[in-house]
Amino acid sequence: MLEHLINGLVLGGTYALIAMGLTLQYGIARIMNLAFGDTIIVACFGTFVLFSGYQLSPLLALFVLVPAGFALSYAIFFFIMQPLVERAPHTAALEVDSILVTFGLLFVIQGILLVVFGGAYTSYSFLNTPVDLLGTTVAANRLSALVLALVLGAILIFVLFRTRWGMMLRAVALAPESAPLYGIDVTRVARYAFSIGGALAASGGVVISMYQTFTATAGVVFTMKALIVVILGGKGSVFGALVAGLILGVVETFVAAYIDPGLTLAATYTVFLGILLIRPTGLFGKGG
Amino acid sequence: MQKNNHKVSGFVRRLGGVISAVAIAVSATAAFAAEDTITIGYAVSKSGPYAGGADMTVTPNYQLWVHEINEAGGLKLPGGRQLPIEVVEYDDRSSAEEVVRAVERLATQDKVDFILPPWGTGFNLAVAPLMAKFGYPHLAGAAVTDRASDFVKRWDTSFWFMGGGRDYTSALSEILLKAREEGKINDKVAMISVADGFGIDLAKAARPDLEAAGFEIAYDKAFPPATSDFATMLNEAEATGADSFIAFTYPPHTFGLTKQAKVANYNPPVLYLGVGAGFPVYPGIAGGPVDGVMSLGGVDPNSELNVAYRARHEAVVGRAPDYWGSVLIYASLEMLAQSIERVGLDRAAVTAELSGGSFETVLGTTKLENNQLRNIWWTGQWQDGQFVAVAPTDRKGAATPMLPKADW
Amino acid sequence: MSSKLKFGLIVCVWLVFAAAPFYLSDYGTGLLLGMSGYATLATAWALFSGPTRYVSLATVAFFGTGAYTVAVLSEVMPYPLVLLVAAAIGCALAAVVGLSTLRLAGVYFVIFTFGLAELVRQTVTWWEVNITHTLGRYIFLPLEGRHIYWQLLALLTLTLIISWLIGRSRLGLALKAVGDDESVAAHVGIDVTRAKLLLFMLSATIITLVGAIQAPRWTYIEPSIVFNPTLSFLTLIMALLGGPGRLWGPMVGAIPLFLLFEWLSANFPNHFSIILGLLFIMIVFVMPNGVLAKFDDLRRGSN
Repeated sequence: MLEHLINGLVLGGTYALIAMGLTLQYGIARIMNLAFGDTIIVACFGTFVLFSGYQLSPLLALFVLVPAGFALSYAIFFFIMQPLVERAPHTAALEVDSILVTFGLLFVIQGILLVVFGGAYTSYSFLNTPVDLLGTTVAANRLSALVLALVLGAILIFVLFRTRWGMMLRAVALAPESAPLYGIDVTRVARYAFSIGGALAASGGVVISMYQTFTATAGVVFTMKALIVVILGGKGSVFGALVAGLILGVVETFVAAYIDPGLTLAATYTVFLGILLIRPTGLFGKGG
Repeated sequence: MQKNNHKVSGFVRRLGGVISAVAIAVSATAAFAAEDTITIGYAVSKSGPYAGGADMTVTPNYQLWVHEINEAGGLKLPGGRQLPIEVVEYDDRSSAEEVVRAVERLATQDKVDFILPPWGTGFNLAVAPLMAKFGYPHLAGAAVTDRASDFVKRWDTSFWFMGGGRDYTSALSEILLKAREEGKINDKVAMISVADGFGIDLAKAARPDLEAAGFEIAYDKAFPPATSDFATMLNEAEATGADSFIAFTYPPHTFGLTKQAKVANYNPPVLYLGVGAGFPVYPGIAGGPVDGVMSLGGVDPNSELNVAYRARHEAVVGRAPDYWGSVLIYASLEMLAQSIERVGLDRAAVTAELSGGSFETVLGTTKLENNQLRNIWWTGQWQDGQFVAVAPTDRKGAATPMLPKADW
Repeated sequence: MSSKLKFGLIVCVWLVFAAAPFYLSDYGTGLLLGMSGYATLATAWALFSGPTRYVSLATVAFFGTGAYTVAVLSEVMPYPLVLLVAAAIGCALAAVVGLSTLRLAGVYFVIFTFGLAELVRQTVTWWEVNITHTLGRYIFLPLEGRHIYWQLLALLTLTLIISWLIGRSRLGLALKAVGDDESVAAHVGIDVTRAKLLLFMLSATIITLVGAIQAPRWTYIEPSIVFNPTLSFLTLIMALLGGPGRLWGPMVGAIPLFLLFEWLSANFPNHFSIILGLLFIMIVFVMPNGVLAKFDDLRRGSN
């Protein structure tokens, strides 16, 4: 029982980690980023190259790839998203535009990865060592995802709720129309939210590459998983993403242990659909 | 911690390879003239979820074969004339509708001389009716099916090169039976399979074989292909006390299972994993020696033909072929070339020759039985850093299975 | 142009397309087949999502259900009956889904429908693995490309007629009101929920039929083949590109995009994704409101 709970939380840590970035991008920057998972995959390959080619430990690679993720997302927002944000007459129009444009971006990133790395399954071994956690043996690399998710989640929540800058982010998330009245530069806030989201995606990619097999085309799987977690937690809520990710991990593990491993994903979607029917804006959502 | 350098050096080379391939394709198109070349077309998954499989087993062998033939001056025709190969290739984007239409295009629009098959059992079945309708020999390489004999009756131009699920599972249960009689393992087996065509077919084939051999299948579960965490399944399997753990899986699961088994220090005497355990990168991914791990396929390390093939593959493609399907697909291409050399470009004659002729291939002297290749290694095992064939046990070159598996 | 002339022209074009398999190669027919499949999907999708502005990603749930129905039943009952059963199943599934989901709004509805498609796929997989013990299924129906094409063309025609009729009916007006402002629609006495539900069921039934009709072309199906979520995305993108609010919009998006895919994958098999992606980004910048709106703009500009 405890064993399954621990395994579930460790699995959920991965889900939470990838979802937090997307919830910032979607909840605050209002960009429905379908290329989010491909950012994760870029970081996976980046870690792989640094590790295999330059003997750089993936933990140190974080210090290279997280700023790189931030910079890349900043550039993407500046050159592609910002013109769309500025021309959009209302949020619905921006939503359609961002879906279409990030759908294109997804193909570009995937195409470049395919040309450079081919379609092969990629994996390597790092930190694949046992750690004893309350009597349950878990893999150190998987555990690092949970730890990273909790640490980054805590930092983000602190920033959002305890600093002036965080207050601006929340103001933009809640009322993008009236935020300018208080002297907030909405586009600038959105740009930073989007870039922080990209940095989080990169951190997720670095950690995930240590234990999960990835291919150039696997990005969409992460995007969809992250979207499910974001919507379940309520868009824009970092705490919601954290909780929802952990819940899904625990649900999957319990179903695998007590019912049937074949039903893990069916159970995930059942929980997801069930919660949405009871709370149409997710666990911690503040209205559609 | 062990690194997997092999791939990175490969990717730089590959980037160069892609660029030169594009250049060749462009110049070839420019110099197109139907009489001076033999056109060979294929559609494989270059993007989408099936790209990983196609990229390992199918596409590199097509490239290698075309490269070698053209280096040597082209395909030989009866009478000694030689014509270079011109390739028409499409990306099926891992979609059944695309692969079907691409074959229609190759046959009726591009009117290529021969069509090579796509990757995967499902896609080979999807194109089989069209290949038969248009009269192209269909050398189904990366397709495992127990119904090959039915299909040959239905589509008489089809050839099947990878055997059926039953072939692999009965070879495995023979090995298990012998190990049990020698007192090396108990009579319990834990089995998991990926819930898609490949995993389910093999699991279905394994059940009667294992039961007939007197084994109790103590754990028998299928999991969705998107599964990435195997901690719970391995714990449950271990808890049954089974000495044999069998997994019919794809590379992401095979790698994930290996890592988890290592972390959990799970060392069943028999560890049999699916596709991916026979990849050259497998020991690197496992991060240490993998002696004793079994899987489908295998090679005879003392076969000079095979050693030479592997060296050429590595030289031309930039990485080693896998230890299962690659060599079979390459052999099917050699058979096609030899048939053309004997009977020319008439597709019906080539089909007849493939069906009845005898060929000198990388597998040795090869002859199809009822349009199927049966000269296949069914089970392989990692021994001293090589993935060697251990079944069929009575075939020349088979190694003796080493049980129990060495600890991680 | 008088409406009579317009009608006559449409009939002529239709006849040219219907006779295509007689003068085109198998590949040409295959191309038309794929094109009419996507055109039907996009039009059917827009039937519901256009007026209500509810973006659905459940397309492949119904498409796959249709394909599976054919695979399961094709050997036990005559083909036309199989299609009827498929339509009924799709319609019933849509009713259940519609009743439970149409109170969700915005992106919550989008992701819900995506989750639904995955749930259906997982359930079918689990059922096949544990109950019937066969995952892949064979469809050996004596249908060639052209037979499938004619069925799809007929279905597309029917879908366009339905879409045209709805656009002129009270139901259509009601739904436009929902898209513009749901609460106003409710105030003026429109049964919003009922209208949405009816349209969702209609749209889903047509999508189910597309899956059922196309399945025999692949001989072998399994969940990863027929429940491929890419299909939902492509349908959505095609309809959005052409403009889902107009009768011809989805087709105008679907046909060029389909031909573009085909041309790119034939000419740039190794760089398909990059070029496609760049084109996509460009299209969004050049045509913010869909291709048809761009044409409207141009026409207005020249007048």
